[in-house]
Amino acid sequence: MLTKRIIACLDVRGGRVVKGVQFVDIVDAGDPAELARRHAAAGADEVVLLDITATHEGRGTLLETVRRAAAKLFVPFTVGGGVRTADDAAAVFNAGADKVSINSAAIARPQLIGEIGANFGAQAVIVAIDARRGAKLPEDAEVYVSGGREPTGLRVVEWAREAESRGAGEILLTSMDTDGMRDGFDCELTAAVSQAVQIPVIASGGAGSAAHFAEVFGRGKADAALAASIFHFGATSSRELKVQLALAGVSVRLPC
Amino acid sequence: MIAVIDYKAGNLTSVVKALRYLLGEERTAREVVVTQSPEVVRGADRIVLPGVGHFQATQLLENLGLDEAVRESIAKGAWFLGICVGLQWLFEGSTEADGTKGLGAFAGMCEHFPVLYMDVELKSPHVGWNSLEQIRPDSRLLRGVADGSFVYFTHSWRAPVVNATAAVTNYGGAFSAAVERENVMGVQFHPEKSADVGLRVLRNFLEL
Repeated sequence: MLTKRIIACLDVRGGRVVKGVQFVDIVDAGDPAELARRHAAAGADEVVLLDITATHEGRGTLLETVRRAAAKLFVPFTVGGGVRTADDAAAVFNAGADKVSINSAAIARPQLIGEIGANFGAQAVIVAIDARRGAKLPEDAEVYVSGGREPTGLRVVEWAREAESRGAGEILLTSMDTDGMRDGFDCELTAAVSQAVQIPVIASGGAGSAAHFAEVFGRGKADAALAASIFHFGATSSRELKVQLALAGVSVRLPC
Repeated sequence: MIAVIDYKAGNLTSVVKALRYLLGEERTAREVVVTQSPEVVRGADRIVLPGVGHFQATQLLENLGLDEAVRESIAKGAWFLGICVGLQWLFEGSTEADGTKGLGAFAGMCEHFPVLYMDVELKSPHVGWNSLEQIRPDSRLLRGVADGSFVYFTHSWRAPVVNATAAVTNYGGAFSAAVERENVMGVQFHPEKSADVGLRVLRNFLEL
């Protein structure tokens, strides 16, 4: 049976893993290569490295960090941040990434999704969407870019559909409303997007407990869920999380 | 010598990286050759065909004369491992690319996952960790891999279950997760991305 994936996310700034609350307040959490390995060993199904400042500072992804992190990582590895062209993507793949996550650049030039897919396959292209809706309905959630700094006027569900039609392999949906609050995912928004597309949807933003993951896999219809701070500070490990999810009836890969 | 065929498949780097990890830097430098040359393939005792992406990409194998080289090497007893599209290429072809022929070592065509299965919408691609079932006890490639072990998949087309199927996975029905007949082997999952289970499969292949 296809299991629900738990994805460990490393937000990187200046070569170090950091974690923000609602995208700002930053705390240092360690070396990316070391943390990537530790997550995989602890049972994370995938590892994502996001260079969170790359876009707004206008510099490329930290290829050296990617290379070091990928060297001994034998689970799928996604890299995002600062990938603006098919050449940027190629450099990230050559450094050892299996998938790239694109966000602002895909909004600016949606053809980029298909261009990367043409060379590396649709499965290698994740379109990341930063969403904010406040008190509005999920259908009215708006897409933000540049690390959550700029509103675009695009509706999240519509953009997810377009990304799929342009050849995205997966959608990584982050709720800016719930991000870093550890108060649960935005299940309504996740379900709205998951039902609008055929491709897998990864939920992000708000993980605080195993119950939150069970909710987003159930009510939120997410195929995978991503979390960062819940793991970094030793609050829980993927292994503990998965045991709790299995007990709650969620199908997960239990590491041996 | 292990020939890893370079036909611009997306996971080439990861496959070589996993082989390097298992063999060590020194043996990798000596024994692993990333190649597009039919001559190199003819001289190899192990051949790895990686692959992720479109079946159409395998057309390059025919264009470069690599299909003939692989056929000859297999007939002479070289060990062959196809990964993902590399497994699919062992069949007759795929509905993903009508004019492109597979090697035809196994009968049948690869087909897209159904849109509906048992009246329920089936998401496609099939992405994530799924279990290996009905592992054939005599499989050398899957030696030491327990029934129900999880491995990582990412694909929209799948190969049918045939006599050579060494393990199945269920998603919209059963498909071939691994095939094996004598020296010809293939896996639909990505051993280079399947943590300890995947490394075990690759090690088994290296130790044949």
